Amino acid sequence: MLSLLVGLDHSMHTLATIVRPMPLWVELIQDIAYLVAAVLFIFGIKQLSSPRTARRGNMTAGVGMLLAIVATLYIQNAMSLVWIITGMIVGAAVGAVLAIRIQMTAMPQLVALFNGFGGLASVLVVGSEYLRRSDDITLPITFDQGLTMGLSVLVGCVTFTGSMVAYGKLQGLIAGRPRQWSGQLIGNALMFGLSVIASFWIGMDNTAGWTLLVIAALSSVLGVTLTIAIGGADMPVMVALLNSYSGIAACATGFILDPPNKALIVSGALVGASGIILTSIMCKAMNRSLANVLFGGVGTDDSTGAAGQQHDDRPVRTVDAEELAMMLDGVRKVIIVPGYGMAVAQAQHAVRDLYHLLEKAGTEVYFGIHPVAGRMPGHMNVLLAEVDIPYDRLLDLDQCNPEFETAEIAMVIGANDVVNPAARHDKSSPIYGMPILNVDKAQTVIVCKRSLAAGYAGVENELFIAPNTLMFFGDAKKSIGDLSKALTEQ
Amino acid sequence: MTAAWNTMSVLLAQDATPTTRSALLIAVLFILVLASLYGFEIIQKVPATLHTPLMSGSNAISGITIVGALICIIHMEPGHWIVTILGFLAIVFAMINVVGGFLVTDRMLQMFKRK
Repeated sequence: MLSLLVGLDHSMHTLATIVRPMPLWVELIQDIAYLVAAVLFIFGIKQLSSPRTARRGNMTAGVGMLLAIVATLYIQNAMSLVWIITGMIVGAAVGAVLAIRIQMTAMPQLVALFNGFGGLASVLVVGSEYLRRSDDITLPITFDQGLTMGLSVLVGCVTFTGSMVAYGKLQGLIAGRPRQWSGQLIGNALMFGLSVIASFWIGMDNTAGWTLLVIAALSSVLGVTLTIAIGGADMPVMVALLNSYSGIAACATGFILDPPNKALIVSGALVGASGIILTSIMCKAMNRSLANVLFGGVGTDDSTGAAGQQHDDRPVRTVDAEELAMMLDGVRKVIIVPGYGMAVAQAQHAVRDLYHLLEKAGTEVYFGIHPVAGRMPGHMNVLLAEVDIPYDRLLDLDQCNPEFETAEIAMVIGANDVVNPAARHDKSSPIYGMPILNVDKAQTVIVCKRSLAAGYAGVENELFIAPNTLMFFGDAKKSIGDLSKALTEQ
Repeated sequence: MTAAWNTMSVLLAQDATPTTRSALLIAVLFILVLASLYGFEIIQKVPATLHTPLMSGSNAISGITIVGALICIIHMEPGHWIVTILGFLAIVFAMINVVGGFLVTDRMLQMFKRK
């Protein structure tokens, strides 16, 4: 594959020099640098396949980026240098402050925000490149470049406004519940269709710069209407999808440059592929199609369900911290299943203390992580890593389910729909068919939750009234803290 | 001299148009398709526990748009202020993506420890 890439690189480079007055050796060096950068990105992602090498992988990719940037800086006039250096310093400073100050529980918001900025950068590059090229008679905008400019603006604007809405929802600035209205699907299709037509238009008539503005306006609205229809708990899918879009936008932007920029195309394709895979994993974990997630609009608000109604008449058995501490005494195996409720309550530190106490008492403790627990792919894993839970204690769906049969206690902390047994047998349930963590197979199930409210899907959870379930009511952070205290005192 | 060069490159570009342009596009499409396929291949091997760092890391990689922004500014006619401002903003946002993305991913990854 490498030799193929080198071959292609070479042929394109010869073609490129025909149309651009730039020293030949500069372009040659740049192309080689882009190739090396692409290889470093690929190696970097490869090293992400194990937590042991992942950190090095991220640095490898960082070196690739540095190389690509430095190689591009062949500067002929001093004025542009001032703009470039100022822009890079401002961007780097803002990025660094955001990255260093963010709390781990707010990671989904930050990822959404960064995605949005990536999309916006692509749109700005298209605008800048269009204006530059429309003045330059030596480099007329070809049909394919015009078309790709339109599509790049389309994807970039959807990424930008979509990510901003996702950010608003995750940050609690906008209500998390899905908003649906009649004609939504037709409206979206119309905006998308018109944007595509306008892209062909600018392809055929490269003086029609106004079409880019029309596309930008339509697709900005489209990004909002697409994302606002998504409920809080479906956010992992949307965040992954927007991640993919930001890659596709970068990739499309690579095509509008002359010569087409291979660094943008390869990197954009990698990010696009990554987002698509994550999206499909998330959809599979909910047993829903992407179309159903995007337009189905399941659910009410989010799974913490503070506002939900109580059903005090149901035969629910409860347990308090002292009783639970006694039950945990001498137990061999406990599996903890965290959900978004743990993130909301910031209970990960309390969970860590409990984990250490149990381990010290000789209990084996595992964590069962459902793929869509939380608000983005891998959300729970990051929170548990933050509090130094070893990653070999975290089990995914397939590893975890056989373990419940031999576990004395399964402890659900702030999760709901992902442990609802109705998904296995109740065909009328909206979550029927979704793969769940079979906590009900454990000898005893402890559910730590604020109330009996239904989960995001609006479905009541029969687990709560199962004969082997005990409800441990209260805020997760406080309840787990009380439990640890009771364990040390006994 | 410049005028002569311009005329020549226009002629060359027109002469070069349909065949070389399509050959170039095909070559780039090869790159796109192969990179995507290989991307699918390697990303499938990333374990679920690292999905968040994968997202923020790949996000940083999509900040490669900064290269496009740099090219715009470097090759523009001096004094074209709209191009300058758009390119400048593109550099700022792409750079937030790059620096923020790699830093926050590193912050997360150093927390992942084995027992």
